[in-house]
Amino acid sequence: MGHYVLRRVLQMIPVFLGATLLIFLMVYSLPGDPIAAMFGDKAADPATVANLRHQYYLDQPLWKQYLHYMNNIFHLDFGTSFTGRPVSEIMADAFPVTIRLALVAFFFEIVIGLPLGLIAGLKRGSVADTVVLLLTLVVISIPVFVLGYIAQTVFAINLGWVTATVQDSRDISQLILPGLVLASLSLAYVARLTRTSIGENLRADYMRTAVAKGLPRRTVIGRHLLRNSLIPVVTFLGTDLGALMGGAIVTEGIFNIAGVGNVLYKAINQKEGPTVVGIVTVLVLVYLVASLVVDLLYAVLDPRIRYA
Amino acid sequence: MTTALEKTTAAKDRLVPGTPLLEVRDLHVEFKTRDGVAKAVNGVNYSVAAGETLAVLGESGSGKSVTAQTIMGILDMPPGRVTAGEILFRGQDMLKMSNEQRRKIRGRKIAMIFQDALSSLNPVLSVGYQLGEMFRVHEGASRKEAKAKAIELMDRVRIPAAAQRVNDFPHQFSGGMRQRIMIAMALALEPDLIIADEPTTALDVTVQAQVMDLLAELQAEYHMGLILITHDLGVVADVADKIAVMYAGRIVETAPVHELYARPAHPYTKGLLRSIPRLDQKGEELYAIKGLPPNLYKVPAGCAFNPRCDVATDLCRTEIPALHQVTDRDGAELAGRKSACHLWKETLHG
Repeated sequence: MGHYVLRRVLQMIPVFLGATLLIFLMVYSLPGDPIAAMFGDKAADPATVANLRHQYYLDQPLWKQYLHYMNNIFHLDFGTSFTGRPVSEIMADAFPVTIRLALVAFFFEIVIGLPLGLIAGLKRGSVADTVVLLLTLVVISIPVFVLGYIAQTVFAINLGWVTATVQDSRDISQLILPGLVLASLSLAYVARLTRTSIGENLRADYMRTAVAKGLPRRTVIGRHLLRNSLIPVVTFLGTDLGALMGGAIVTEGIFNIAGVGNVLYKAINQKEGPTVVGIVTVLVLVYLVASLVVDLLYAVLDPRIRYA
Repeated sequence: MTTALEKTTAAKDRLVPGTPLLEVRDLHVEFKTRDGVAKAVNGVNYSVAAGETLAVLGESGSGKSVTAQTIMGILDMPPGRVTAGEILFRGQDMLKMSNEQRRKIRGRKIAMIFQDALSSLNPVLSVGYQLGEMFRVHEGASRKEAKAKAIELMDRVRIPAAAQRVNDFPHQFSGGMRQRIMIAMALALEPDLIIADEPTTALDVTVQAQVMDLLAELQAEYHMGLILITHDLGVVADVADKIAVMYAGRIVETAPVHELYARPAHPYTKGLLRSIPRLDQKGEELYAIKGLPPNLYKVPAGCAFNPRCDVATDLCRTEIPALHQVTDRDGAELAGRKSACHLWKETLHG
C-alpha cells in the first residue's frame, strides 16, 4: 500500500507539470495585451509600460516566464494579479466560499440522493421507483442554468423564502438554494447509481445466505446489502467532491457567489493571466489528490482490491 | 387401481420409524414469469428424521433446489409461489408461520449450505464477522465472544491457524476452506436440520471427498438431520441413508441408498445409474439419457419422463403415475421403496 501511494504521488509530478504548462501556454497565447489593457483608452508612457512588462516578466521568453512562475510556486508565491493584488490573497478569499458551497451541495447529494436510490432499488418497478427514475431523468435533462433560474424565481422572487442572491456566504442558510441547485445533477446520478447497485446486489448469493442465516431484515439490508452496494457510490461521491471544490461557474454566477468559479470566470474575461494560472494550478492539485483519495478509499471499502 | 390404497398408506408410511424432524407434504411451487407459469415443484413428499441423511437427486430444473429454498423460506416471492402443501417442522406447518417465527427457525433450527461458497459469502466482511454474526444476532453475544466462537468453529471444521485467519476475507481462502466456512456457519447454532444444496459441486474432486466426510462426521456427531441435494450419484453413495430422485418437480423414486443403486425401480433412476462412468467399462461409449430435461412451462402429459423413456407405453403418455409402494416378487412391501412408474414391476424385476 505504501509503495502504491508513493508511486501515485510520483506520478502526480509529471501530470502537474504538464497541466500547468498547458494552461500557462494557453493563457499567454490569448490575443490582447494585458498591460495595454491596464491603461484603457489612455495613452501609455512607454517607459512605464516597459517597466510593468519587466515587473511581470513579460519581457522574457515564454519558457523563462514559465520556469520563473514554477519556481515561485514552489515557494508558495502565486504572483501578483495585474490589479496589484497577490493571487494567493484572491484565492484565500474565493476558496473558503467555494468549499462551503461544495460541502452544502455534497451534503444534499448524500442525504437526498442515497435514500432515493435505496428506496427505488429495494422496490424495483414500484411507484416510488418510477417516480425517482422520472424525477432524476428530468433533473439530468435540464441544464443547471435553467434549473438555477427557475429555483431563484420560484423560491426567492415568487415565494420570498430566501434572498435571490447570496449576501454572505458564511450564512449557511443562504447557501441552501444554490447548494441544492449545484447538487441536483450529481444527486440524480447518485440516486440512479445507488438504485442500480442495490438492485444488482439484492440478487447476489450472499444476500440469500444472509437471509438463510436468520438475520433480521434491517441487518440484511444495513450490513450486507449496503456495505456492498455503496462501494461504487462512495467512489463517485469522492470524485464529485473533487469536482465541487473546483467551483461552479454557472451556479456561482446565478446566485452571485464570490467563489472560485466566479473569480476564475472574471479573470479569464479580463485576461488576468496570473490569477487564472494560479487558480487552475491549485485545482489541478485538488483533482490529483481527490482521485488518489478515491482510489485508496476503494481499497478500504473492498478488501478484494489490493494495491501493490 | 392401487391409487386409493396408496393414499391411505402414504400418511402412515414413513421411510424410517419415529417422528420425522421435517416432513414435506404434497408441496406445489410455481413461478409466474413473463413467459407463463413454470411449475417447478408438483407435489413433493419427503421426510427426514434426526440423524438421518436424505439425498435428493435430480438434474437441474428438477425442483430439488426450489423445494429446499421453500423449506428454508428463502424462495424469491414473487415470482415464486407456494400453491399447495405443507412443510412440517417438528409437526408444525412452517408455511403457516409468521415471517418472524420463520426467521427464528432459519439459521438456528434449520441451516443451509450453498453450492458456491465464494459468492455465497459476503465479499466485504471478514469470515470471522460472518460466523460471529450467528451468535450476535441469535444469542446476543458480544463482539468479543462472537469472535472467540468463530475461531472455535473454524477449528471445528479444521481450518488451519484459525485464530490468525479469523479476520481474513472469503477471497483469501481456497475453495475447500471456503466451503468449510459455510459448513461452520451452518453448524454454528447446532441446528436440528441442515440442508446442503450441492455442497461439493464447485470443488475439486479430492476436496469434494474431504468436505463430504467432514459434513457426514459432524452430522453424526450432532445427530442432525441432513438433506443433501445433488446431481452427483457418486457423492451420495457413502453418506446418504435414503435417496429421493426428482424429475420435473416430482419425486419419481425413493429408496434406501444401497437398494436404489442395486435395483432401481424407475427407468429414470436406471438411466442415471447407467450414465455414471465406470472404470470397468473402458472402451465402451458412455450411456446418456436421450433428450433434454422437460420445459417446466410445458411439462409433458402423463409421466413427465415419457419422451425420454425407452419403455414408455401409451399409458405413460396419458396418465400421471402415482408413487407406488414397491414390493418384491412375492408381493411383500419393500420398506421405504416407492416408484412413480406405471412399469415399476418390469423395471425392478424384469
